[in-house]
Amino acid sequence: MSQIYNDPIGHWVVVVVAMALLLFVVLTATAYTVWFERVALGRIQRRPGPNRVGPYGLLQLAADGIKLAFKESFVPEKTDKVLYVIAPTIAVAAAFLAWAVIPIGLWYNVQYWIADVNVGVLIIFALSALNVYAIVIGGYASNNKYSLLGGLRSAAQLISYEMSLGLSLVPTFMIVGSLRLRDIVEYTVHWGPYTGPIPLVLLTPIGFIIYLISAVAETNRAPFDLPEAEQELIGGFLTEYSGLKFVMYYLAEYVNMITVAALAALIFFGGWYLWFIPPVFAFLLKVIFFLFFYIWIRGTFPRLRYDLLMRLGWKVLLPLAVANVVVTAIILVAVQG
Amino acid sequence: MTDEQKDQKSNRPNVAGDVAALLTGLKTTLSETFRPPVTTMYPEDKTPRSERYRGRHYLRRYENGLERCIGCELCAAACPVGCILVIAAENTDENRVSPGERYAKTYEINMLRCIFCGYCEDACPVQAIVLGPEYELSDTSREKFIYTKEKLLEPLPPEVQARLDNKDRK
Repeated sequence: MSQIYNDPIGHWVVVVVAMALLLFVVLTATAYTVWFERVALGRIQRRPGPNRVGPYGLLQLAADGIKLAFKESFVPEKTDKVLYVIAPTIAVAAAFLAWAVIPIGLWYNVQYWIADVNVGVLIIFALSALNVYAIVIGGYASNNKYSLLGGLRSAAQLISYEMSLGLSLVPTFMIVGSLRLRDIVEYTVHWGPYTGPIPLVLLTPIGFIIYLISAVAETNRAPFDLPEAEQELIGGFLTEYSGLKFVMYYLAEYVNMITVAALAALIFFGGWYLWFIPPVFAFLLKVIFFLFFYIWIRGTFPRLRYDLLMRLGWKVLLPLAVANVVVTAIILVAVQG
Repeated sequence: MTDEQKDQKSNRPNVAGDVAALLTGLKTTLSETFRPPVTTMYPEDKTPRSERYRGRHYLRRYENGLERCIGCELCAAACPVGCILVIAAENTDENRVSPGERYAKTYEINMLRCIFCGYCEDACPVQAIVLGPEYELSDTSREKFIYTKEKLLEPLPPEVQARLDNKDRK
């Protein structure tokens, strides 16, 4: 297996096959995340959720996808045609690219990844920042006041929460001493008789809470879904999008949701390590738990008012994240001398 | 404590209280998740209807097979929207359709107009017309909503028959 990597063509063949496989897996996961969300939201509201198409409604997404794919690819008058088409493409491309650096533990000592980058987390942040462009450009190109308002809100929201999101992870890097996601998962401690991987949430619980909150804001999901806010902005930046372009935004939202859930599992909960459970199931279990958590939050909390959203971001989460970094640094210096 | 102090106290951030409130919300939704859904699976299950539910109409027959309707047109007169058309004809000894002097040669109800008020049932002197429990009356063309005599003379659902038998006995 290692020889094939040394051959330049063989290396690319492996990478392309890995990419195609991962794309398929992530797309399928996205489809069933949507199903999971609809069923879970239904159960929270004591409805059964989709149950008509296929067993337990499992084919609902196929039906929705076919319906949207056959819709007319419509571009409204007086829009910026080029940007209007590019914007959803940015969203979906950025969402999928993040998966290039996310490792998936398949078995003990067997992991699946496309690129094992030593600044993996930074790349994910850079790509999640691209999401701002997708939404702002989409809002601007639509030439619609609601779209523009949604785009502007989104810009302000994403920029303010990106900082606390980034800072919430800094303590974990300081503890592990690496930005490579695999290293963070494999982080081992020697505490008296115990030697082995440890979920970093035990070491930076405050960082985890800040991450959890900012990640919801970063993926534009309820209760931080101000860019869409259908009750006040019709659909925000999505107002003028239909058919496959709408699908791209929709897909990007759910892929981002899985990404932040996977990141939470990888960074704070020890990735694929969970007692005796086989790694791939342990990882899946953790991701599903976080996905359920985000759906649960969506089913529980009403949307934040805009000024309260900004206050939470700038006056609570950001100072808390900075303090967390400083305190962790002091403790690290004290412990390690 | 003065009012000003009270105001200050209420403005002070109460982080523990707020977080507790959020957790209460999460607990509420989670506990609802594990309770059974209240949805009725409509085409398969239907919610129970009242015994006196007013759905589509039926024309009744006597036990010997004769039609009850005597073509008096009182139902058409009572109908607030005028959706009933009755054309009567004389009974003869060779062709006896109802026990009275006359019978309804044509009996049509325009179901698109009908408001299901049940006045026809009240007006009928021989209890010939009743409103049954069916409410799923959708169809594919306007013409199909003119219910003719043949359709209206379809046998009654047993539960309606039972109810009317009970009433007749009283």
